[in-house]
Amino acid sequence: MLFLVVSQIINGVVTGMIYALVGVGLTLILGVLNIPNFAHGVLFAFGAYILLSVLQVVGNFWLALLIAPFGVVLLGLLLELVGVRRLYTAHHDYQLLFLFAVALILQETIILIWGPIGTSVLPPAGLQGAVNLGLTVYPKYRLAVMGITAAIVAGTWLFLTRTNVGAIVRAGIENREMVAVLGIDIQKVFALTFGLGAWLAGVAGGLASPIMGLTPSMGFDILPIAFVIVVVAGLGSVPGAILAGILTGVAQSLTTIVFPEAANVVIYLLMGLMILVRPQGLFGKR
Amino acid sequence: MILTLTGVDAFYGLHHVLHGVSLEVRAGEIVALLGRNGAGKTTTLRTIMGLVDERRGVIDYDGVSLLGLRTHEITRRGLAYVPEYRGVFSDLTVAENLRIAALRARDWTIADVLELFPTLRTLQDRKGGHLSGGEQQMLAIGRALLSSPRVLLLDEPSQGLAPLIVETVIDTLRRLRGQGMGILLVEQNAETALELADRVCIIDQGSIVFRGAAESVQRQPEILSTYLAVG
Repeated sequence: MLFLVVSQIINGVVTGMIYALVGVGLTLILGVLNIPNFAHGVLFAFGAYILLSVLQVVGNFWLALLIAPFGVVLLGLLLELVGVRRLYTAHHDYQLLFLFAVALILQETIILIWGPIGTSVLPPAGLQGAVNLGLTVYPKYRLAVMGITAAIVAGTWLFLTRTNVGAIVRAGIENREMVAVLGIDIQKVFALTFGLGAWLAGVAGGLASPIMGLTPSMGFDILPIAFVIVVVAGLGSVPGAILAGILTGVAQSLTTIVFPEAANVVIYLLMGLMILVRPQGLFGKR
Repeated sequence: MILTLTGVDAFYGLHHVLHGVSLEVRAGEIVALLGRNGAGKTTTLRTIMGLVDERRGVIDYDGVSLLGLRTHEITRRGLAYVPEYRGVFSDLTVAENLRIAALRARDWTIADVLELFPTLRTLQDRKGGHLSGGEQQMLAIGRALLSSPRVLLLDEPSQGLAPLIVETVIDTLRRLRGQGMGILLVEQNAETALELADRVCIIDQGSIVFRGAAESVQRQPEILSTYLAVG
């Protein structure tokens, strides 16, 4: 039993770190642009599918993982430039409808390009198989994912807290108008934030593909989880999103031991509880 | 003349909030914009900065129209705006607040601002949200100066501040005027405003109802009681 619990906790952390990457991107976009990015899930899916195609060309997983997220960034920037930018001053209803439509169209695009049937990607050559951790035997690739996601999250945090551009992004979360008043082109900050969010979603999708597999609906599967993370984290809070991602992943995987059918419900319970007890979220201020 | 508003109308959605406002700010003078709560003082400043939904009329700065420009472009032309709530980023440190404003600093540097407000020097690592009202006001004004403005728009700088700090702010504004800066000052406190201003405009229900020299208002206090219902 102990082995099972330990390995499920590690499983939960790994999944949770992938959720955290998606959640951090979503919370940045929501915080800075004030746009509920319903296309965020499908950007995650594109991260996985573009990786699949790049992998077939270059033949190296790591190289593909490096390249594929930039495809997602291009897609995200295009989306911002052509659509979202026109809707900043529009009512949330319009933003929601537009992004939901985009998400559906992109999901169908995945089916058109890569087919309706799910597929999978093998972990890179050196990381296939498992390693003995003492308490449990654990897949090497998942451990590597834990390290890579931790590095990416730390890098994002350093960018936000140690650079001028990062400070501008944090300022934008607090007060967009005042950023513009200081003479900073807020439109560029929006595009940068959307691009960064798309990159994080793309990397997460690529990293997740050997673990979760690829299905056209994978974007819509992860989207509600990402919104749960944003709510539990507190709007615009990056540390909150990281913690909320891990919490969600662990809660999900531990539930699988006792009551597998409830694994997908438990995250909404977590969100409901958070709204009741601490509506501003773990680290939120508003 | 640096800043001229002629027949300016402004709208928030369908609400018509300014009606034909005309005023001007010259280099090296302080113009006080007085009026009751909700008269349109803040809206006038926000209209100049392009922070309302729609604006019509003529807003010229140095002979160039500001109407088609976005807020950051207006700042880069040489206008700075310190809102009533000061707009200090509470999650950023004092140093960060100054740094992101100084990215295109020209005439004013962070060192100049720290010289003007030495208090800020010791507070570099303090988060904006943990500053006192007076410290926030100094940071807000200092940060505005980093865009090297020739016109400064100030909304209620003395509000909620201790008298001693109000004096510091007043001294600072006098110094800036002495350096040739034009200042458009919104004040609730007519006494402070008159002490400082060269000229006075009174706004009521979105229209300018009086304009004149500050001295003439001081000589005829009934002007204030007529339009502001004070005294």
